[in-house]
Amino acid sequence: MNQAPSKIRPDPIPMREQPAQERIHNFNEVPHGYSESEARQEAARCLQCKKPKCVEGCPVNVQIPQFIQLIVDGKFTEAARKIKETNALPAVCGRVCPQEEQCEKLCIMGNKYKPVCIGNLERFAADWEREHEGYAMPAMKPKNGKKIGVAGSGPAGLTVAGELIKEGYDVTIFEALHHPGGVLVYGIPEFRLPKAIVRREIGYLEKLGVALETNFIVGKTATVDELMSQEGYSAIFVGSGAGLPSFMRIPGENSIGVYSANEYLTRSNLMQAYHENADTPIIRGKRVVTVGGGNVAMDSARTAIRLGAEKSMIVYRRSEEEMPARKAEVHHAKDEGIEFHLLCNPVAILADDKGFARGIRCIRMELGAPDESGRRRPVPKAGSEFELECDVVIIAIGNRPNPLIPDTTPDIKISKWGTIEANEKDGRTSKKFVYAGGDIVTGAATVILAMGAGKAAAGSIMEDVGK
Amino acid sequence: MATIIKREQLSTQVVRMRVHAPRIAVKRKAGQFIILRPTADSERIPLTIANADPAGGWVEIIFQVVGATTTKLASLKEGDTILDFAGPLGKPTHIEKFGRCVCMGGGVGVAPLYPIVCALKAAGNHITAIIGARSKDLVILEEEMRAQSDRLLVTTDDGSHVRKGFVVTVFDELIAAGEKFDFAVVIGPVMMMKFTSQKSVAAGIPTVSSLNPIMIDGTGMCGGCRVSIGGETKFACVDGPEFDAAKIDWDLLVRRLGSYVPFEKKALQDHACRLEGVR
Repeated sequence: MNQAPSKIRPDPIPMREQPAQERIHNFNEVPHGYSESEARQEAARCLQCKKPKCVEGCPVNVQIPQFIQLIVDGKFTEAARKIKETNALPAVCGRVCPQEEQCEKLCIMGNKYKPVCIGNLERFAADWEREHEGYAMPAMKPKNGKKIGVAGSGPAGLTVAGELIKEGYDVTIFEALHHPGGVLVYGIPEFRLPKAIVRREIGYLEKLGVALETNFIVGKTATVDELMSQEGYSAIFVGSGAGLPSFMRIPGENSIGVYSANEYLTRSNLMQAYHENADTPIIRGKRVVTVGGGNVAMDSARTAIRLGAEKSMIVYRRSEEEMPARKAEVHHAKDEGIEFHLLCNPVAILADDKGFARGIRCIRMELGAPDESGRRRPVPKAGSEFELECDVVIIAIGNRPNPLIPDTTPDIKISKWGTIEANEKDGRTSKKFVYAGGDIVTGAATVILAMGAGKAAAGSIMEDVGK
Repeated sequence: MATIIKREQLSTQVVRMRVHAPRIAVKRKAGQFIILRPTADSERIPLTIANADPAGGWVEIIFQVVGATTTKLASLKEGDTILDFAGPLGKPTHIEKFGRCVCMGGGVGVAPLYPIVCALKAAGNHITAIIGARSKDLVILEEEMRAQSDRLLVTTDDGSHVRKGFVVTVFDELIAAGEKFDFAVVIGPVMMMKFTSQKSVAAGIPTVSSLNPIMIDGTGMCGGCRVSIGGETKFACVDGPEFDAAKIDWDLLVRRLGSYVPFEKKALQDHACRLEGVR
């Protein structure tokens, strides 16, 4: 610690945001970002620890004190480039990383005051560079003539591609949908991650020479084996993401107006159903119930209110403390008027005689002994059933892995949950020259963990395929 | 992007397009489909691959013009491109030598039936094909089907071509005459599939139908295409599109296909007609 405590601002600089009453009528991003002076003031709160704990908390080990010092010094572009040495997507991570569980959780300032807003500063640096300087070309190794295929253009795949293209490999990303970006595009709504930022990050990779084939479904258009044996790919990275949405197996779940969060968000985000010109419809419920307590549930409930719901409700079987969603997202949701029904679990979805959802029957829960996840297990309270009137239900309780690559790659080891088994540290699977990372390995997790896995796999590919 | 090599009007409402898609042409098997999007504002819609030539690098799709997306698609000409064209998706039809097969198609459902008939024929089966449509103008692929079948029976609801009656009427007559079949395929509008497959199942014939629920991604991600098979929820895009007809919850399929009726931007046509057009 090289600063006198007297100079330290105990409270962080808040990020200005759209007022709740305004933002529930639009899909624009909620926080506005820091101004230069706000960023420098917040950056000045960093104690510049000699052994920074925050860096250990980051899955890709961003050199946090260094980039923050560059912001203090007013060298904003240099700050962004410092982050990019280890993190290819800072504008994305600055927005969607759960910093409060990672870098900021370990920030020494948090012991006495509030932690430094590392995520806000990361976002500021990345945005500043993009808006003022444009992207710099990194040092590129000469081409080595080796082809690497990447299945899926989500955070894991983009990271692998970004790492390998700089090392001289020819990299092709295969994307099943019509736009690249994976969950960044079909899943995370515009108001949390503007699509223009994702497009820009992908455009940068293309500028570095990464080839992108959309509408290419690895496993169907060509299998992993065909890409390697017939098309000359030396290695394949599988980052095909979370797939089949989970349902609750309760009566009425196939009623009209019952969506998986994947479908609801895909209609709104990827297919732009909220947009006048789009042909893809979405049922704009007046009373919408979202089931689940994760970030995807918050995204769904907040999308519903922007699509004109008079009431958007969350039903979650545990208490707020156990909610896997980021605190900030829960907070945003509450500000926007989303109603939380905690400690209750759906038992049936009720439909009218034409099959349209008209309500959801829930039972109240109480917390019992901790389960294998360490969270207290919710137990139903007998005789406590009640009904919530609603015309749209969104099920946001998670996904099973996408089956297309596991099903068509016979010699790859699959777990009992259907995920691809890959070494956490190096991304290697049971099949030689095939690597995997992200949700297809871990089940639903975070953008930054997928990026960390991509980075590890890229290292293994370089080792195994050779430079 | 995929270039339209050839465009043909099969009837006033039905269009056949030959599309340059070399990878799909090589990989596709009978029963599989593609997902396409004609323009940036369009929906993604699934269409069964009606025919393909690996050497020529093309696949064919056949569709009925019913809504905004199929209207945009139909407006494209030879030489134009379809913005997005992805596949092949879904599980291929299970083909083996069953013996005597009865293959029944209604309306534009004859398009997905055709490649299955070809595959069954190539596997050495005896094929009785029954195809039907509302009227003469809507009968499609008659000559193609005749060339692949040991026997082709054609019927129209209004009697304007060959004879009057539904596909199921013709099937009932065959069963009444004592004919036996080892395998049946029924593809067409949902109500036609429901009532026809009920008869073939009742006659003790293992029967499959190819389902056409609303889909978005088609790759197992969204869960919009869920159907109930023997009481279990399945996703038509990755578990289907073909299922054992005896186990299909037809009424649920009909209800879910009606999810967006109030949203249809184009003048509403009659319900059955729109259901047909989803394929």
